[in-house]
Amino acid sequence: MSATAQIHLTHLQRLEAEAIHIMREVVSEAQNPVMLYSVGKDSAVMLHLAMKAFYPSKPPFPLLHVDTGWKFKEMISFRDDLVAKLGLELLTHTNPEGLADGIGPFTHGSAVHTDIMKTQALKQALDKYEFDAAFGGARRDEEKSRAKERIFSFRSAQHQWDPKNQRPELWSIYNVQKHEGESIRVFPLSNWTELDIWQYIHLEQIPIVPLYFAAERPVVERDGTLIMVDDDRMPLRDDEQPILKNVRFRTLGCYPLTGAVESTADTLQDIIQEMLLTRTSERQGRVIDHDQSASMEKKKQEGYF
Amino acid sequence: MHQSDLISSDIDAYLKAHENKSLLRFITCGSVDDGKSTLIGRLLYESKMIFEDQLTALEQDSKKVGTQGENIDFALLVDGLAAEREQGITIDVAYRFFATEHRKFIVADTPGHEQYTRNMATGASTADLAVLLIDARQGVLTQTKRHAFIASQLGVRHIVLAVNKMDLVDYSEKVFNEIDDDFKTFADQLDIPNLHAIPVSALAGDNVVDGSRYMPWYEGPSLLGYLEGVDVEAEETSLPFRMPVQWVNRPDLDFRGYAGRIAGGIVRPGDDVRVLPSGKQSKIARIVTMDSDLDEAVSGQSVTLTLTDEIDISRGDVIATSETPPEISDQFDTTIIWLSEEPMLPGRSYRMKTSSRLVSATVNAPKHKTDVNTLQKLPAKTLQLNEIGNCTLAVDRPIAFDSYNENRQTGSFILIDRMTNNTVGMGMINFPLRRAANIHWQNLDINKAANAEQKGQSPAVLWFTGLSGSGKSTIANEVQRRLFASGRHSFILDGDNVRHGLNRDLGFTDADRVENIRRVAEVSKLMVDAGLITLVSFISPFRAERELARNLMEEGEFIEIFVNTPLSVAETRDPKGLYKKARAGNLKNFTGIDSPYEAPENPEIEINTDDMSVEDAAERVIKGLIERGIIEA
Repeated sequence: MSATAQIHLTHLQRLEAEAIHIMREVVSEAQNPVMLYSVGKDSAVMLHLAMKAFYPSKPPFPLLHVDTGWKFKEMISFRDDLVAKLGLELLTHTNPEGLADGIGPFTHGSAVHTDIMKTQALKQALDKYEFDAAFGGARRDEEKSRAKERIFSFRSAQHQWDPKNQRPELWSIYNVQKHEGESIRVFPLSNWTELDIWQYIHLEQIPIVPLYFAAERPVVERDGTLIMVDDDRMPLRDDEQPILKNVRFRTLGCYPLTGAVESTADTLQDIIQEMLLTRTSERQGRVIDHDQSASMEKKKQEGYF
Repeated sequence: MHQSDLISSDIDAYLKAHENKSLLRFITCGSVDDGKSTLIGRLLYESKMIFEDQLTALEQDSKKVGTQGENIDFALLVDGLAAEREQGITIDVAYRFFATEHRKFIVADTPGHEQYTRNMATGASTADLAVLLIDARQGVLTQTKRHAFIASQLGVRHIVLAVNKMDLVDYSEKVFNEIDDDFKTFADQLDIPNLHAIPVSALAGDNVVDGSRYMPWYEGPSLLGYLEGVDVEAEETSLPFRMPVQWVNRPDLDFRGYAGRIAGGIVRPGDDVRVLPSGKQSKIARIVTMDSDLDEAVSGQSVTLTLTDEIDISRGDVIATSETPPEISDQFDTTIIWLSEEPMLPGRSYRMKTSSRLVSATVNAPKHKTDVNTLQKLPAKTLQLNEIGNCTLAVDRPIAFDSYNENRQTGSFILIDRMTNNTVGMGMINFPLRRAANIHWQNLDINKAANAEQKGQSPAVLWFTGLSGSGKSTIANEVQRRLFASGRHSFILDGDNVRHGLNRDLGFTDADRVENIRRVAEVSKLMVDAGLITLVSFISPFRAERELARNLMEEGEFIEIFVNTPLSVAETRDPKGLYKKARAGNLKNFTGIDSPYEAPENPEIEINTDDMSVEDAAERVIKGLIERGIIEA
């Protein structure tokens, strides 16, 4: 962060050092690691930390983006530009059967779409390339069931997570030993909060997708959520007419499943200010979390990241 | 101006202030009804880390399953997994986050029930401070003492005694003082450098964030005030410099850097350093980061160092100040906490991971274990789940370390089971044992090579493993007959025969089986040194011990022969009538009946006695020896 270190490290310096330590352990002990890159702000921070961890070398693993086919167009162009600029290897995977069957959130609903194009697609990609360790940007503060997730989370050959059988994590000594076929999800940002992420992006001037900043965008209000009409695949109901509104996104995913918030925050400072003053938590913008209480835990046991 | 007003008036100033916050990791411990979850919930609530949608859900949940009537049940905010919510207790370690204007906090929340040591030790291992909750109505309980003991064993140097539910004892100063005195009397036996007691009511909010109008007699800071002010970092930076090497950074031939996280002290370019365990000396050339080179780096930072000399350094080595380098040894006095349902097996080879080195380790039977409730030292043969004991530990090569007292990073380790890969134990190094240093290996003129040459053969161990009655001894006997006939020098170590003498003192428990194999492995190693082809015929049911025997020998010397006979066949043969006895319940711990047999995964030779005569089996073994160059055709 700064060229001269002070005796007392700041909380961001400690979080940074911890994440770098974790990444280096994985690279030293796993055979074939990969970084799951979702193009969102947490991925942006995770990738930035990877660039730091191995400097002057490049991160010794590829990035993997599971593309559902329904991501915002701006996410894809941002992704391609960034990867080219950093000179990294990017793998993308779309579930070929889902694609052939025309699976999408409008026709099949959020649950089916998420399961086939996201959960199943991720498993396919991990199996295809035989990755034995995958970095993910999940944080413990996102959701109650994640508070107990380990930093190193083991999955069976069928990608199942067993919350009753997790290894204790002592000090910063990570047990990376695993059986044939098992894989590890590693969460270097476990101890970061949403505010930490934004502060770090601000401090380190990390580029993020412009969708996080407020701008005039065409949206319709559907079931109380503002959905951006990102392309012509969105079937409009009779009473719906896209209108231009000043909106931004607090999380990014598939555009039909990601609610926009009305906002004028068009700088990082404004975003952080707005976040500190708002009264709703970040995952509320995600349609998939509302299904039922403890739904995330259920998804995780099924193999959702 | 109040800091939070800055959010709306001057966000840049706010960000600047908040980017310089420090971090405190602490653990909360208490018994089941001490109000721990309520306390954490309130800290989250008061520090405004609860958003409106969460609050709405909380209010609904409070009405549905809460225990506080119409009031908000803060405990519901921190109880996580679905199963736990139904049971109404948390069963693992959960991490929570909140921040004030001065600090970010990471809270490890651990439950208060009996099966507790493992979880609390996990949370305490990364904590700088422990908040111990006491119910003011109950006073210091056995559990309080247990929590304090575990925290002190894990090297937590700051303890805050939060005497909770003061509202239920009329905010009595007398009650508080009695509890405080009580606890201090007990804590005198423990190593707790900083101890502070605060009277609180988590439910009513007294002395949690703000002071209490009901307790004017207490003049100290509120709990949050104390947590914001306590200094826990100074000690870490004043330690001698240490950095375990995690990863060697070689982007091209011109750059060779050593990446790691500083585990103590401060480092600057030009500092004299020593690399351990090799002991080679050099100087720090640069402290490399992506932003720019640093003038200095301190404990806790992840950096990449380059040295002025080209010396061979690999992952697991420690770069340290040459003034006070860490010690090096291969035997230690340690404190071990057992974390697994399977008890510790003295003599078994476990994987041991230190800050970044993976080695093999064997643990001796505990000198004693400590009853966490009474602090009494008790005799013990092994350690069960949640037990703490004092054990001697030996590793397969010398490693650099500090005592845990001096440095938590370089003095700690975990033990990993070779079969399940689970983390089964956690340990703290107390001091090195001089035994290794004082007993030197005597170099002998007539060595293994000379012994082997004289006999005109390559020594080896033929390790026959299989169920009782599988035919191990019969086949080994036939193999030896053939070796003898062709002029080879060999010897058979037979399970039954050895138990008549050398291993007469051992029974058939798991622990004794491990020791049985360890001794035989060591004897067979001596015989290999004598140049003999050594045939070992032992059930040797556990993979870990066969692996240990293999690791004692040189590459290619150990030949594992799996005599594979189905249990049903072996039981029909039953040459010694043992299966019959075991089935009748007259013989305990019999392999295949009530004690497991772990079949080899990749034996050098496998013999299926089902479809093979003794002669054919012996022939197969002899052929295997020829293929491996042990004997000539």
